[in-house]
Amino acid sequence: MSIDHAPRTQTGQTAQSAQATEAAQTTPNAATALSTLDVLESEAIHIIREVAAEFEKPVLLFSGGKDSVTVLHLAAKAFWPAKIPFGLLHVDTGHNFPEIIRFRDETAQRFGLDLTVAKVQDYIDDGRLRERPDGTRNTLQTQPLLDAIADGGFDAVFGGARRDEDKARAKERILSLRDEFGGWNPSNQRPELWNIYNGRHLPGEHVRVFPISNFTELDVWSYIARENIDLPELYFAHEREVFNRDNMWWATGEFSVPREDEDVIRRTVRYRTVGDMSCTGAVESDAADFDSILAEVAATTVTERGATRADDRISAAAMEDRKKDGYF
Amino acid sequence: MTTTTTAETATTPETTTPEPTTAVVDAKTKTLLRFATAGSVDDGKSTLVGRLLHDAKAILADQLEAVTATSRERGFLGGEFDFALLTDGLRAEREQGITIDVAYRYFATDRRSFILADCPGHVQYTRNMVTGATTADAVVVLIDARNRPTEQTRRHLTVVSRLGIRHVIIAVNKIDLLDYDQTAIEAVEREVADIAAEVGLESPHIIPMSALAGDNIATTSDNTPWYQGPALLDLLETLPSKDEDTADLEPFRLDVQTVLRPQGGLAPGLDADDFRDYRAVAGQITSGRVSLGDEIDVHPAGIRTRVTGIDTADGPLQTAGAPQSVALRLADDIDTARGTVIAGAGTLPPARKELRAEVFPFTSEGLRTGDRVLVKTGTTTVKGIVTIETKRNLATAQTEAAEVLAGNDIGQATVKLSAELPVADFRAHGSAGAFVIIDPQSGNTLAAGIHTPEETA
Repeated sequence: MSIDHAPRTQTGQTAQSAQATEAAQTTPNAATALSTLDVLESEAIHIIREVAAEFEKPVLLFSGGKDSVTVLHLAAKAFWPAKIPFGLLHVDTGHNFPEIIRFRDETAQRFGLDLTVAKVQDYIDDGRLRERPDGTRNTLQTQPLLDAIADGGFDAVFGGARRDEDKARAKERILSLRDEFGGWNPSNQRPELWNIYNGRHLPGEHVRVFPISNFTELDVWSYIARENIDLPELYFAHEREVFNRDNMWWATGEFSVPREDEDVIRRTVRYRTVGDMSCTGAVESDAADFDSILAEVAATTVTERGATRADDRISAAAMEDRKKDGYF
Repeated sequence: MTTTTTAETATTPETTTPEPTTAVVDAKTKTLLRFATAGSVDDGKSTLVGRLLHDAKAILADQLEAVTATSRERGFLGGEFDFALLTDGLRAEREQGITIDVAYRYFATDRRSFILADCPGHVQYTRNMVTGATTADAVVVLIDARNRPTEQTRRHLTVVSRLGIRHVIIAVNKIDLLDYDQTAIEAVEREVADIAAEVGLESPHIIPMSALAGDNIATTSDNTPWYQGPALLDLLETLPSKDEDTADLEPFRLDVQTVLRPQGGLAPGLDADDFRDYRAVAGQITSGRVSLGDEIDVHPAGIRTRVTGIDTADGPLQTAGAPQSVALRLADDIDTARGTVIAGAGTLPPARKELRAEVFPFTSEGLRTGDRVLVKTGTTTVKGIVTIETKRNLATAQTEAAEVLAGNDIGQATVKLSAELPVADFRAHGSAGAFVIIDPQSGNTLAAGIHTPEETA
């Protein structure tokens, strides 16, 4: 990124004549119409700038997953040529893919940002949290997250949640108030009007901010491809040792050990979401570049969470219940 | 893929696995339309939303499977399908069978991407409708053709009219239950057109439809050969969005969010020498269009200067229009900060210490004469004191003198401000004339407001 580029068209895109011609035939006023991705990008940048200007100490939840990578990219664009004026926070369950931890650290360094890591393992080691019988650590993240927010004095916490992910998230505001206990009160949310965001909160409360609320999974992939954003290699098709459980492919590893009746085989797979090794499955796929991933996402018949997240299959209200408790 | 679910085994014809959409990558070139749906509890709104999502193939197999299973548990027999389950996202909503809050849904056709704000019509209807409608380019108001327009219909149409929604679509639903009888349906259409005219809606689109049967939703129906207008989805695909309509007509305006000065810390990879004196005001263009070299006026500095740079992280632009987020470099080194307003030369609205407004209170406390509040407009928050003037009687469309507005009322008020602000006339310039009223103690959003100086109480 530098400021001595040749001036561009108003959309900020490079010319794509075939698609532009198609757009001209199908949009009401193509001369001035911005594309969906341009509108979503501008909306996200506006939200990020609002929050950085109005809050004392924001922080960006960064897991290395595609959604938080997208928010980070948007934050860099929002403040260019200045540096992003806040740091990163990651809740490490101890069950993360090693590739993701490496990507997280490299990314923080590349952007020159402070990275705070809250470790679930520390809580288990000193007895503040107990391992669940099913082995998942997803729900165990909430306490370390809330402690890290309080200890860091963070009053605004950016996240990469999208409204198309889940029915509870479909109802959450872009600026979502959390009470002293980190809890979300879905039945009493502030109306969100025009693009005027009300981030006022009492001492002890904080606000979660979701700049890409209005992106769909396909929008995120289209945007990542357009912007050529670096992603962890797990998102692209690769060969690895996997076993099949509950119709998902699981990577073999310390936190996902096959049972005796589960055969380990080598398959070409990729991940649609990246969570814990103990609750995130892969899909069989040959999509090794942006174009083939986009084609795959566009043709999919299953939501990303339904496809690959054991934690969201628990009940229809799994996400809502976790959010009320202070989850992401 | 090994993750294929078993949706194919469901009994209803609604639950076949959707065909893969042909809309592969075109968020890159497709335009976006934001619209809201409003209706009373029995008007079939959930069915309409479910139908739109289904016909646009935006419902994926695992979602459909979950809804089909729950529909069966709820006693929807013979493969009937409770579309409401797709949109009622909260536990309390599913348990009580009601919709509490606005839900956002996403779908795309080959021609356009859509964001749908699904607004419940019965509980706190103003709060929900205003929330959904303030960001909408179009609003679909549903009525049940059998029940004719109701009190609630009049309220919904009044709210969309007062909020200046550009495109209002009245969906006369459930026409299958009138046996597609042209005379009966057209009688309902005339009645609702009269109400629309009464509340100040000039030319709403009126579409006879059956969301359940799919008439006039994705395609025009053989059951209504006398209906000459478009199907709902056709209309939504071709309506211009707010910014498509106005970016070239409206005066340029940008409310400054923050000033970008990399002296405090340069983004990695940039050369400090290139940015030693860099200073730009960052914001999202509220309205209109700006080009390099344009003369602009700056509030509150009261100075006229020129735009010497329109910057983005992707490089400088020659021109930019609403709703783009940009950073502007200005010819003169003038005092700018968050809250500064930049407008095309000669188009800055007069700075005023008093707003004459229409207000939409949301909370159970309502809004009273004498309330001391915070007013947030654009990127500025100031103190304010409210004086209620009149209340709009939604049943009769008349206004009556009042000192108190309850939650979900609509009324006129003057709001005295602690600083002079160049708030635009909402009726002429849209969101540049919008504001939010905030409780200074709890921080809660008390009301939405629009500055309407030409309208007398």
